[in-house]
Amino acid sequence: MEKRVVFRSAWLPYALVAPQIAITIVFFFWPAVQAVWYSFQLQDAFGLRSQFVGLQNFAALFKDGNYLESFRTTALFSVLVAFFGIAISLLLATMADRVLRGAMAYKTLLIWPYAVAPAVAGVLWAFLFAPSIGIVTYVLKGWGVDWNWIIKGDQAMGLVVIASVWKQISYNFLFFLAGLQSVPRSLIEAAAIDGASPPRRFWTIVFPLLSPTTFFLLVVNIVYAFFDTFGVIDATTQGGPGQATNILVYKVYHDGVKAADLGGSSAQSVILMFIVIALTVAQFRFVERKVQY
Amino acid sequence: MRIKLLAAALASAGLFSGPAYAQVEIQWWHSMGGALGEALNGLANKFNAGQKDYKVVPTFKGSYPESMTAAIAAFRAGSGPHLLQVFEVGTATMMAAKGAIVPVATVMANAKEPFDPKAYLPTVTGYYTDQKGNMLSFPFNSSTVMFYINKDAFKKAGLDPNKAPKTWKEVVAAAEKLKAAGQQCVYTTSWPSWMHIENFSAWHNVPIGTKENGFGGLDTQFAINSPLHVKHISMLSDMSKKGLFTYAGRTNQGDAKFSSGECAMFSGSTGAQAGIRKAGKFEWSINFIPYHDDVKGAPQNSIIGGASVWIMGGKKPEEYKGVARFMAFLSTSEIQMEWHTGTGYVPITLAAYEMTRKSGFYDKDPGAELAVKQLTNKAPTANSKGLRFGNFVQGRTVIEEELENVFSGKKEAKAALDDAVKRGNEILRQFEAANK
Repeated sequence: MEKRVVFRSAWLPYALVAPQIAITIVFFFWPAVQAVWYSFQLQDAFGLRSQFVGLQNFAALFKDGNYLESFRTTALFSVLVAFFGIAISLLLATMADRVLRGAMAYKTLLIWPYAVAPAVAGVLWAFLFAPSIGIVTYVLKGWGVDWNWIIKGDQAMGLVVIASVWKQISYNFLFFLAGLQSVPRSLIEAAAIDGASPPRRFWTIVFPLLSPTTFFLLVVNIVYAFFDTFGVIDATTQGGPGQATNILVYKVYHDGVKAADLGGSSAQSVILMFIVIALTVAQFRFVERKVQY
Repeated sequence: MRIKLLAAALASAGLFSGPAYAQVEIQWWHSMGGALGEALNGLANKFNAGQKDYKVVPTFKGSYPESMTAAIAAFRAGSGPHLLQVFEVGTATMMAAKGAIVPVATVMANAKEPFDPKAYLPTVTGYYTDQKGNMLSFPFNSSTVMFYINKDAFKKAGLDPNKAPKTWKEVVAAAEKLKAAGQQCVYTTSWPSWMHIENFSAWHNVPIGTKENGFGGLDTQFAINSPLHVKHISMLSDMSKKGLFTYAGRTNQGDAKFSSGECAMFSGSTGAQAGIRKAGKFEWSINFIPYHDDVKGAPQNSIIGGASVWIMGGKKPEEYKGVARFMAFLSTSEIQMEWHTGTGYVPITLAAYEMTRKSGFYDKDPGAELAVKQLTNKAPTANSKGLRFGNFVQGRTVIEEELENVFSGKKEAKAALDDAVKRGNEILRQFEAANK
């Protein structure tokens, strides 16, 4: 008995996917092509004069030591955000999965932060950690920690990582929770009868079975750290102090939107696009091999 | 019969709605939020109530860079407002956009509205006037940077609260006493680049850039790594190390540090007064910014910040007539005095300044007058009439990044300022190439 739906019509399937394709073209491909086109041009802010300059925008970027430094900052930032985002949400999901009473309330509360806009998340954390009036700063001072991210680069990095991770934990949590619920109870119970301790059960049974989810989240979180975090940065450090939190996507935003330098900003976004494509391909080629479906 | 009635109804409808249709709308995009936005709407309402032909419609479009970006995007899409409020650092970008803007002088001349550039404060108009003396944009809200002290903290440290430090030497001496008296934060600043590079240069009559700070052409270069600049930033860096100077951030974060009483001395915009008056639970005074007394000719005059109103291109002639009428309305002394006394921005015409003085407003609020006095301390020179650097939004960010590198101890003042000049010049060259 064939259970799949089979379309006999020649055009119907295309008509059904057409809206999706149209949206993808208008909102993803068209802007991407435009970014590539602008990246070869030198324009004034109002687009009154534009000239084709070939690879000059790219050459200018790679000559700039600060831009190259920004790659290192971005790499550090992305690794921290992806690692902590995944690790903390996995921990929370395993805890929430074992809660018997009020599980729904825990889950709802943990999912809430996802509804918060990145800029709002940034402001929230910036207030908590504000150098002179922040509550956390006050507590840290009591412990003898001199907290001042306005001038200390590593603390500024810490702040934007915390804000970005907090924002993303809910999303990761949802996927992990769903993943955990599909792990067969019988396997865990069998292991328990064999005398395996809870950590042992987790690392040898649950974690490998969760690997497709973890892999998916790794890709999504890296993309999130690369593209979606400029709101957090803009609301808190604005790339400073110095260039300590000036990640690639924030520089794209600053140069393009705030400073109206379209050519330079487009060139940066093209570079960023290639990095993320390369990273995603690499993840599928090398990391996915370790995934057990 | 019915047709006749209908025709009559149509005719009368046409007759009565005629004047309403003829009212020309003038769109004005601005960045004045909160109380300032209310004051701005008040100006528009007054203009609209005073005549029937034109209607000015102000729209708040977010922060300065946001409204500018919105207007640029609208212009590229073939629409956009008639009037756009642009902050001072966007001036060179607007000026270079010939075709996207119409000079105020031209609009006023075409509409035959009375307009005399000499009626305006020279430091204010200089900023927005081209080499040939044409005023390009209308100076709307102009501020400058002032030096504030917490008199209570001065008293506590055994200092004379009525003698605010005049020179940087005196600032350091006072700072040491304040620190010794247990003051946590001694001196802080808002807008570090605007205060310690841009206004610092004008106040000491040294160039910020070649070619008259960029007024003389797009082939300008930054000159902020002179020995005097290095000396000043090194001094701040030393103060920072000794705990006499607390870095607060790139924008107006210093304001709250002073108004909360945390810091005893502070340099910030004239616009900071409203917040200090509201939140400050202490006696304070507003003063001229300090200078280095070993520099010949200092102090010169300070330069403005704030924004001007640009008239965008591609609109209908009758709309420009309305724009001209509105600009003439904004220039009247009564309106200028209302705006000046209500918001704390400096008056832009000499007549409005005189009128405010005669009204006795400055007896109650000496700080308001001090700003005008500081701006007109001496006749502006090529170094002190303002600055005009292409894409200074990026340029200022570079300066601020390098200053942060000094205050965080990552770089020496000389190296940081050299790098600021090098990186800043690359931005200027890029702008020059794009606007040739």
